[in-house]
Amino acid sequence: MKPSKFKYLKPSSVEEALTYLEEYGDDCKIISGGQSLIPVLNMRLSTPEFLIDVSGIKELNYIREEDGYIAIGALTRHVEVENSQLIKEKCPLLIDAIKWVGHKQIRNRGTIGGSIAHGDPSAELPCVLTTLRGEIVIASVDEEEVVGPEDFFLTYLLTALQTNQLVKEVRFPIMTQGERVGHSFVEVARRHGDFGLAIAAAVIGLDNQGLIQKAQLAVGGVNPVPLVVEEAEELLIGKKVSEALLKEVAELTSDCVDPEGDLHGSADYRRELIGTLLKRAIEEATARAWEGEEKVG
Amino acid sequence: MHKYIGKSMQRKEDYRLLTGTGMFVGDISLTNMSEAVFVRSPHAHAKIVDINIEAAKAIEGVYGIFTAKDIEDIKPLTQFESHCFLPPNLVEAISPTINFNYEDILAKKKVTYVGQSVAIVVAKNRYIAEDAADLVEVTYEPLQPLVDPYEARKEDAPLIQEHLENNIQSHFHVTTGNVEQAFSEADYIINEKIRTPRLGSNPLETRGVVAKFDTRNQELRVWSSSQMPYEIRSTLAHCLSLPDLSIRVTAPDVGGGFGPKGGVYPEEILIPYLAKKIRRPIKWIEDRMEHLTSARQSRDQIHEVKVSFKQDGTITAIEDFFVIDSGAVNFFALTCAYNSAYHLRGAYKIPNYDSKCEVILTNKTPNVPFRGAGRPEVVFVMDRIIDIVARKLKVDPIEIMKKNMIQAEDMPYDQGILVKDGHQLIYDSGDYPDALRKAVDLVDYEAFRKEQEEKKKEGKLVGIGISSYVEGTGAGPYEGAHISIDPSGHVTAYLGCTPQGQGHETVFSQIAADGLGVNPQNITVRVGETTVLPMGQGTYASRSAVNAGSAIYEAALKMREKVLKIAAHLLKTDEELVIDEGKIYAETSPEKFVTYKDVGRAALPAKLGNLPEGMEASLEVTHYFAPPTVTFAASIHMAQVEVDKETGFVNLQNYSVVHDCGTVINPMIVDGQVQGGIAQGIGSALYEEIVYDQTGQLLTGTYMDYLLPTSMEVPTVEKAHQEFKSTRNRLGIKGVGEGGAIAPPAAIANAIVDALHPLEIKTNDLPISPNKLRTWIKEAEASFQALQTN
Repeated sequence: MKPSKFKYLKPSSVEEALTYLEEYGDDCKIISGGQSLIPVLNMRLSTPEFLIDVSGIKELNYIREEDGYIAIGALTRHVEVENSQLIKEKCPLLIDAIKWVGHKQIRNRGTIGGSIAHGDPSAELPCVLTTLRGEIVIASVDEEEVVGPEDFFLTYLLTALQTNQLVKEVRFPIMTQGERVGHSFVEVARRHGDFGLAIAAAVIGLDNQGLIQKAQLAVGGVNPVPLVVEEAEELLIGKKVSEALLKEVAELTSDCVDPEGDLHGSADYRRELIGTLLKRAIEEATARAWEGEEKVG
Repeated sequence: MHKYIGKSMQRKEDYRLLTGTGMFVGDISLTNMSEAVFVRSPHAHAKIVDINIEAAKAIEGVYGIFTAKDIEDIKPLTQFESHCFLPPNLVEAISPTINFNYEDILAKKKVTYVGQSVAIVVAKNRYIAEDAADLVEVTYEPLQPLVDPYEARKEDAPLIQEHLENNIQSHFHVTTGNVEQAFSEADYIINEKIRTPRLGSNPLETRGVVAKFDTRNQELRVWSSSQMPYEIRSTLAHCLSLPDLSIRVTAPDVGGGFGPKGGVYPEEILIPYLAKKIRRPIKWIEDRMEHLTSARQSRDQIHEVKVSFKQDGTITAIEDFFVIDSGAVNFFALTCAYNSAYHLRGAYKIPNYDSKCEVILTNKTPNVPFRGAGRPEVVFVMDRIIDIVARKLKVDPIEIMKKNMIQAEDMPYDQGILVKDGHQLIYDSGDYPDALRKAVDLVDYEAFRKEQEEKKKEGKLVGIGISSYVEGTGAGPYEGAHISIDPSGHVTAYLGCTPQGQGHETVFSQIAADGLGVNPQNITVRVGETTVLPMGQGTYASRSAVNAGSAIYEAALKMREKVLKIAAHLLKTDEELVIDEGKIYAETSPEKFVTYKDVGRAALPAKLGNLPEGMEASLEVTHYFAPPTVTFAASIHMAQVEVDKETGFVNLQNYSVVHDCGTVINPMIVDGQVQGGIAQGIGSALYEEIVYDQTGQLLTGTYMDYLLPTSMEVPTVEKAHQEFKSTRNRLGIKGVGEGGAIAPPAAIANAIVDALHPLEIKTNDLPISPNKLRTWIKEAEASFQALQTN
């Protein structure tokens, strides 16, 4: 379990990194926290000629509020997000979710950009980004573009990122203010810190009568990419949460996913499971919204 | 009476281990040392057509690439004869067949499991060696793989070991009483199929070997992360046709073994052979992926039992037919197989018992003993039976346990068959009903039952499950100890049993300290090296405290006698002397004493010393202890779980144990053993399974697929102790190393059934994953509904 030979490059600016990417394209891999790439290299599943270590680029480590969203620099570590007061106030779903990312040691090393660029459909951050309809800023030497998760995540471990491009920033919309809004992130994993067998996220907004007026729902680990459960969102609007409604949502969710089976759970099991989890997420988000725990302002 | 035995003394090993100053195989670095990497089979069963090493050889820094044809002078690795011997009375009783089987050091004509060694690359470093290994081209012609033992045992199945007539490598039949008659008189008969899957032991440290040929002494030096350095020495001597004592094997600090580091591996033969051949030290460290494929695996038993019982809950007979999937080679003959057969009835009186076993070869990594060695599988069978009988009769499982349990007054209790060493299976001591009572008190069983009812009403499904075991521990044939006292009065003890983290240096100091009357700090214990004692066995089978502990105690008592004689001579007294903290004196005049230092000097030869007339100089004593047979440790385990019915997830909320390992030498170490064993038992109950697909490809080749419980999944175990001394050694010791791992699967499986009751599920197949449990729940709900509608 030793990697094959590679050349090591360590740029100190985004510009320098992009120049390397432009030049070495297919023959290189970007490394930052190394939490996914190092095992892949050691197992020789990937044998790049160049390794571009972007961890020295200081300018991509930030968390700041911008116009309606929280901008997180790609090289920000998970632990920094986990401990951010700003995110806790403006985007609490992300805090709930990030605690499920591996173990503390992994969150100390792993970066936000790395998690997004890896494109694992069972990962927490892509699911949250999808739920909240966030955005990803990607850059090459020539241009910078902003894409939504639905265009970025293509399939298992494959994103729209071209070989000369780098994820620069991830944008999480600020969760609606001044309303009865609640959120929930539900995941089950075989053991603490494992990849989720299935994950579900919900943001629910209620009116004064307790009728749902806003629903953002997404699931992960049960499709080639994180999935917005649009039909369920539509179904919920204008209704009051009830057992029958949740049952309908669960069934509908199970029907619209296409999970793969593995040793930890068959496709059928995951299909049923995701319905249960999303149901629980909606239940919790609704309860929180009604209790007004997160009513901002 | 003892001053140090029974005390939770700090472990002597911990300072160096915790400060990173121990020495593991990986820490060894020798001048001009090279590193080796193995090319391993990607096929479960295939002919080797051709091996092309040209491209690999061309890489700079490669010192040599070797295949089977380069090592024809090495004899193959055969089943370990020392573990295959059966006494004649046992042979007569169980009419066993054990067919000869073996593994080539590097695969010759064909490979028989994924991960088998086919070639070895020796290079300047590991990176270069792996680059070259990637370039070794092996052409295979795939053969039909045999993955299912039931398929492999069929007459027309292709042969795995081609010199044999079929793939049933061993079998036997043991019986007592009359099961047929019991069946004919039974109120109820049930048939169950109960399975424990294949597991790995996954020590923190993988395997590893360093070897060098010492040209000055013409000695082969070997360091291996092993439980059995003496077995490596004798096997190396045999395979390489060398005298035993021209080989010196060290097991330095070893980071866990649990069984699969016992016995000898092809790597442990080949690395030393090549170090001698190329006259260059070689290091091989098994990486984690190699470990998961090539380190030997364990368990993998399927039992088909027929059980008869009476309306009052008395179990009258058990008939068992079980198969063990042995993988491609069975190195340990009937070790696990007969352990299973003779342990099944555990703490219960079941007079009619009949067990047939087949050990079947398949195209998987060889199966060897692992912590519990055949016992966890049958305890799972027995205690599932108890639970099933209880559910059938609609009584609490505790009532069935009590009804069938061996009573204290029955001791010593004869189970009517033989132990593997040929001795009658007679439990030496213990009080199992008392252990059960203690366990019931520990968890406040009655209160739990009430609380459970309330919680179930709120939709919280909690349950409790019980398991028990009686374990033959401290298997012989022997273990030795040598004690040496130098002129400074310092004691050094040498033992042949090699630790893998158990704390031998601590506990053997405690025992020797009590035997000699000195402080444990004045004792150095040397272990893990074949030069410290001429003969030794190793650490496995919960045997070291019993065997080596008794050996060092007996040696210490012999030494004490000589020390007292010399002291009496020095003190010029005939009075009876006492020894305390290294001072020797007559009780009447404690101010007039000599010390171990005085005695040590007096023992010098010739005029340097001062010995009684005719006494031999020096303070050196050796004792080899041979137990009459095994001693029987016992335990009750209780697990409390909550089940999430909708997802199938199990939350292990609490775990409690009452156990008896005879005289406790160091309670802290015993507690650690119990806790650690239970962690592994929880793994096999809920998480762990080695999975091969239908072509014999390993699907659990990483820790993302093979799930070990982490500290987050393992509750702190509540413990209570019993101390029923063994009658089979002077200190009354029984073994404890394996115990913790034996009972958790049954306790947890029964707790899950209990949590879901009145839904009727059978948790007869491990591990109980959320997916599997959810499926059982759905099936049970469906049949419940079907019943309702009918």
